[in-house]
Amino acid sequence: MSTLLRRGAPLTSTGIVLVLLALSLVVGFVLTAVEGRNFLSTGNISALLTGISILGFIAIGQTLVILVGSLDLSVPYVVSLVSVLAAGTMAGQDGNVLPAVLLALAVAAAIGLVNGAIVAYLGVHGFIATLGTGLVISGYLATNYQGSHGSAPRSFRLVGATQVGPVPVSTLILLGCAVLVVLMLRRTRTGHHLYAVGGNREVARLSGIRTSVPVLVAHTLSSVLAALAGLLLLARLSVGSPTIGSQGDYDLMSIAAVVLGGTLLAGGKGNVVGTLAGVAIFSVLDNVMGVMGVSAFLQDVVRGLVIVVAVAVYARREIDRRPARFERPTGLDAALQEAK
Amino acid sequence: MTTSTPLLDRPGRAPLADHHRSLGGRAAAALATPGGAVYVLVLLLLVATIAANPNFGDPGVIIRFLGRTAPIAIAAIGQYYVIVSGEFDLSMGAVVAAQVVMAGNLIGQDDSRILPVMVLMLAVGVLIGVLNGLGTTLLGVPSFIVTLGMMLALGGLVDHLTGGAATGNPADAFREIGRGGIQDVPVVDVIPYPLLILVVLGALASWSMRRPFGRSLVAAGDNADAARVSGSSLWWLKTRAFVISSLSATVAGILLVGYAGVHPSVGQGYEFTAITAVVLGGVLLGGGRGWVLSAAAGAVALELLFVLLTALGVESTWRATVQGLIIIAAVAVAGRAWQRGRRPRRTSPSSRHLTHHQPTPGTTTGDN
Repeated sequence: MSTLLRRGAPLTSTGIVLVLLALSLVVGFVLTAVEGRNFLSTGNISALLTGISILGFIAIGQTLVILVGSLDLSVPYVVSLVSVLAAGTMAGQDGNVLPAVLLALAVAAAIGLVNGAIVAYLGVHGFIATLGTGLVISGYLATNYQGSHGSAPRSFRLVGATQVGPVPVSTLILLGCAVLVVLMLRRTRTGHHLYAVGGNREVARLSGIRTSVPVLVAHTLSSVLAALAGLLLLARLSVGSPTIGSQGDYDLMSIAAVVLGGTLLAGGKGNVVGTLAGVAIFSVLDNVMGVMGVSAFLQDVVRGLVIVVAVAVYARREIDRRPARFERPTGLDAALQEAK
Repeated sequence: MTTSTPLLDRPGRAPLADHHRSLGGRAAAALATPGGAVYVLVLLLLVATIAANPNFGDPGVIIRFLGRTAPIAIAAIGQYYVIVSGEFDLSMGAVVAAQVVMAGNLIGQDDSRILPVMVLMLAVGVLIGVLNGLGTTLLGVPSFIVTLGMMLALGGLVDHLTGGAATGNPADAFREIGRGGIQDVPVVDVIPYPLLILVVLGALASWSMRRPFGRSLVAAGDNADAARVSGSSLWWLKTRAFVISSLSATVAGILLVGYAGVHPSVGQGYEFTAITAVVLGGVLLGGGRGWVLSAAAGAVALELLFVLLTALGVESTWRATVQGLIIIAAVAVAGRAWQRGRRPRRTSPSSRHLTHHQPTPGTTTGDN
């Protein structure tokens, strides 16, 4: 958040992301118009917003984890696990929806706690810790579930299908979660500690912060938000699938969205608004390329290029804006700093 | 990096007394570090595997196993360079896939094309490495993102060009590199070419890590600012590391064509397997700690683990779970051990306890 308030900075990272988003919207509008379609039609807007919601949930959680200086690679498996667990518990009965949702959230919270505990207490890098728990879950999924599993009742499927005007309910839930997370980051002690620990864990510890708490909170919230994404996928597909998460590449794509949103990969700096803008940029890209009939494979190429180029744009700015006493002679060191 | 430099060898510098033991003592000390412990792990796994499946004790079987492991071990060696310098290379799997598809489509059944196409593949490998390296160093984008972008772009391109389906196999003479070997060798029966290539590359890697390049690379991974201030050209160092990484993925790809044939999914997940192997080999994620041959040994340990699980009759679907548990445990133990081994008896343990990443410049902890 501090980036928004810094004096003398003409454009913050979040500012650049929003400009990029506006730019992609304009380009999207023009390209869609060239194809003879209306970018701002109700149908297309709701398609755009629908595209945002699933990656949006995961990316908000990922933002928290990255802010605290860790990573969460286990999200795709949490998504898959939640989708099969909840679908299995619901078994098509309306009465089972609440227990299923509660079970899914509880399991996800437990996984997040385990992730956080491994990172905080065992001193394992978040990359390895969550890669490990992700593998553990994927083994469990591969052993116990083949093909789709369970089914969601109609009442639950409505969550994925209902719209208020052009805005899907899922997007409203996403925005609600985003507001809660922003409030947590800005207004609560844990939120501030999260930035402190992500900025420099040792300094935070020496300042009297219990460094394990923000790590645990961030990982738990990340898994719970991934669970919400899993539930939303279940509502849309109406059956649970043990591979739905890994098919979506949610781990790497959410990290890309977070970094695209201006959050430092090394932690301690960034915000949720930027992340949502990053996710929105992906959604606009997919939408426009879909309209233009670009093949799914070439879409990946474009995404890859956009990620690198966009991050390069403000990796440069990050260096320019650094105050004199943190002088950085070259761009290399900032890169090294971020890349550890 | 247990060798002492002359500068620190002055009298009155008692802390380095740890390094002045006999050869046996130093070997024992090395085995106690994560980079040495992986060899013990390999031995234990080997004994356990032979106990579970006596057929595995046959030298011929073991040598064939090592031949099968060579591609991932070579990839791990390449990934080691990037990781020890404090970066990641996630593009490895896509590079393997791209090279495999290139070999399949360009060589065809024409033996005379093998050499030119291999040169072209190596050139493409260098190009990808240079792009990764320059993106990371000059553009200032985190390597995680640069190589992720490369992975998406390259993978998408390969899928687009092939339509995501398997394409023709290259000439048998080319596949022979991956699946052939020197026949009629006493005791072991056959020495697979991949194993020979692994041994040669391992020797080269070990040599290069003792050269100024290797030393500076580790220094850059440990503390980039210190390395820069002492005159290392960071961008050139790291770019070379990325080039080595994608070249090793190229070699792995050439070998994999022999086993797996040509399919765009051949290299899938290779980057994470390679990173797992490197980490299992006791190399510290974040850079600055670890030995290159231990990374290769980590790959062998990982594959041995799978063989052991199969021998024990564990369902193959549980592999991933065991792999996950093992790497978490290995890294948890290794992280502690490296911290203990670091700067013996000079720092208070508490000041190093929680930092497992490089200190931020201007905010370094005051232990030096």
